[in-house]
Amino acid sequence: MSRTLLLGAVAYDPKVVTIWTGFRSWFAERGLDLDYVLYSHYERQVEDLLAGRIDLAWNSPLAWIRAERLARARGLELRTVAMRDTDRDLTSVIVVRAEADLHSPADLRGRTVATGAIDSPQATLLPLALLRGAGVAPTDVDLLRFDVGVGLHGDHIGGERDAAAALLAGRADAACLIDASLLLFGRDGTLPSASVRVLAQTEPYDHCNMSVGPAADRALVDHFGELLLSMSYADDSARPLLDLEGLKEWLPGRTDRYAALDGAVTDTGFYLPDGTLGADDYRP
Amino acid sequence: MPTTIDLESLGFDNGGHLLVDRALAGLDPGERLVVRGRHPALGVHLAAWCRAEGHRLDPDAAAPTIVRGSADRDRWRGAPRAGRTAADVVPRASREWGLAARSALVEPGGPALSVDWVDRDLVWADIAPQLYAQATANQWDPATAVDWTAAGSVPDDVEDAVVQVMTFLVENEQAALMIPARLLSRLHPHYREVMQLLAAQAADEARHLEVFTRRGLMHRDRLGLSGAGGRASLQTLLEEPDFTLASFLLSVLGEGSFLDLLHFLHRHAPDRVTADVTRLAARDEARHVAFGVAHTAHVVRADPGFLHRLRTAVERRHAALADTAGLNKQVFDALVVLAAGSWEPAAIARGWQDVLRLQQAMDSGRRRRLEYIGFPDDEAAALSALHTRNFM
Repeated sequence: MSRTLLLGAVAYDPKVVTIWTGFRSWFAERGLDLDYVLYSHYERQVEDLLAGRIDLAWNSPLAWIRAERLARARGLELRTVAMRDTDRDLTSVIVVRAEADLHSPADLRGRTVATGAIDSPQATLLPLALLRGAGVAPTDVDLLRFDVGVGLHGDHIGGERDAAAALLAGRADAACLIDASLLLFGRDGTLPSASVRVLAQTEPYDHCNMSVGPAADRALVDHFGELLLSMSYADDSARPLLDLEGLKEWLPGRTDRYAALDGAVTDTGFYLPDGTLGADDYRP
Repeated sequence: MPTTIDLESLGFDNGGHLLVDRALAGLDPGERLVVRGRHPALGVHLAAWCRAEGHRLDPDAAAPTIVRGSADRDRWRGAPRAGRTAADVVPRASREWGLAARSALVEPGGPALSVDWVDRDLVWADIAPQLYAQATANQWDPATAVDWTAAGSVPDDVEDAVVQVMTFLVENEQAALMIPARLLSRLHPHYREVMQLLAAQAADEARHLEVFTRRGLMHRDRLGLSGAGGRASLQTLLEEPDFTLASFLLSVLGEGSFLDLLHFLHRHAPDRVTADVTRLAARDEARHVAFGVAHTAHVVRADPGFLHRLRTAVERRHAALADTAGLNKQVFDALVVLAAGSWEPAAIARGWQDVLRLQQAMDSGRRRRLEYIGFPDDEAAALSALHTRNFM
């Protein structure tokens, strides 16, 4: 029997079981023995990846940053084998009420800014870095943080939804969201049409990737990557899984669009350079 | 020059994607669509939307430009139609079509439908669409179709007979409701006219239950006797797993005989309400019998060997009921009293003869239907004689 490739994923939603059970069967039908382990948060997943307890980790961008730091501190090498088409070139936005007399990030000084969870790259770390870059330090604003699903690195959309609701209700002057959430909230009525305006937008960045642990069998992982990239949206046995996981196509992993997040992590001390947890109030 | 679309002030938070989708429909994967518009969040929305839909937004283009992806077409690649046209009732429906409507384009990959009957000839009758139209046109409201105020005064000892007969009818109608309900849930919805007809049949029986119960309780606070033999007879109908055999035993033989019984009760009704409820029920039952006969005949036409299975089903049911009493004595006697209209000896004698004639009418009706289905007359006579003494 061929060796089992063990993949870690974070159970941010019950559908995760359906997704990875489906992938497991799909790979089994193609002769690759894949199994998975579910984690309740990303930190243990990353630690297990580095410790060689799992071969692959379906990592958030923040988990990738930490994994890289841990690996570097131990003289190990990490790579990524794939990412979704939907993980590339995302942006985050800071939105204000349409009628607000706020026109640049600097106008938010002394105002209340709603964010997602403490560990959300898209709805907290990156938008606040955008503000910092515009000269507005976190201490210059009142942060209204919605810590929903802490440890899930923003995978739980609840924090963003709460931030949007706070903006609309007047409890915040600005809200930080990923662009896809702005579209979603506009379409589902959370943010009625023409109720908000984009004040600022980050540069494009990448999101999740399939990280490969230092102990993983290279040939086996390469085979896994080839199969993954061969999944076609035209294949009705794969399409339901792709739909559930939110992609149309797997693409090769790339790691050159995480610099902004890495900078934000450094600036906030969220993780220390060696990958240990740095944020005092982060309790995954 | 790439195709260009102008959304004016329409945003993606207000349906803008419809126009974009429409414009993209005319392009091939890889072709470009320039999107113009004045909505302030157009750029942000468009990028997020393209990403989710499998299109690409060209980052280097001066104006927002979509490079068309193929995901929407990939989704429908190789998709079959559930029949070429809406009128195309195919010989074998695919379970993979699931609940898709006839002639719809079916996206592959959905859950397969767990149904037993997927072959047209095992469930179909060409008359099904007409019978369904007739069934919907002839639905009646028990509250208004029966004049419940016309209760009249029925002698107490004749009313006892009415109550006993109603008790028997309710029991039979309960079986007649459960059987089509069970059959329709196991049928592929591609044969929707049959499914609709069975649903109408179940609804008919639900009304019959109501009116017979209401008539039975009109002057009493409880119904009459339920014999074990009668219930055993009905139970054999519920236990028949095959669609055609169940339809044959219930509708061709059972409801066919029942139809004669309802006509008999209508003729001898001691009051207007009894006359009304039996008349209305008989009208519905005639439709049920028509489908049962047409369907069974359809199956036999396609496979004459099926006559053997029909014969075996009758014989099996007869054997299963050989040790039961059949129609309970109280029901039979109640029918005599109803036909007699009184307890005078001469009237009873008349009633007795009427009930014998009823049984003869039932027998000749069954033989006629069996012959129509394809049985030679001697075999039809023999099979009719094996039919349950419980009528249904």
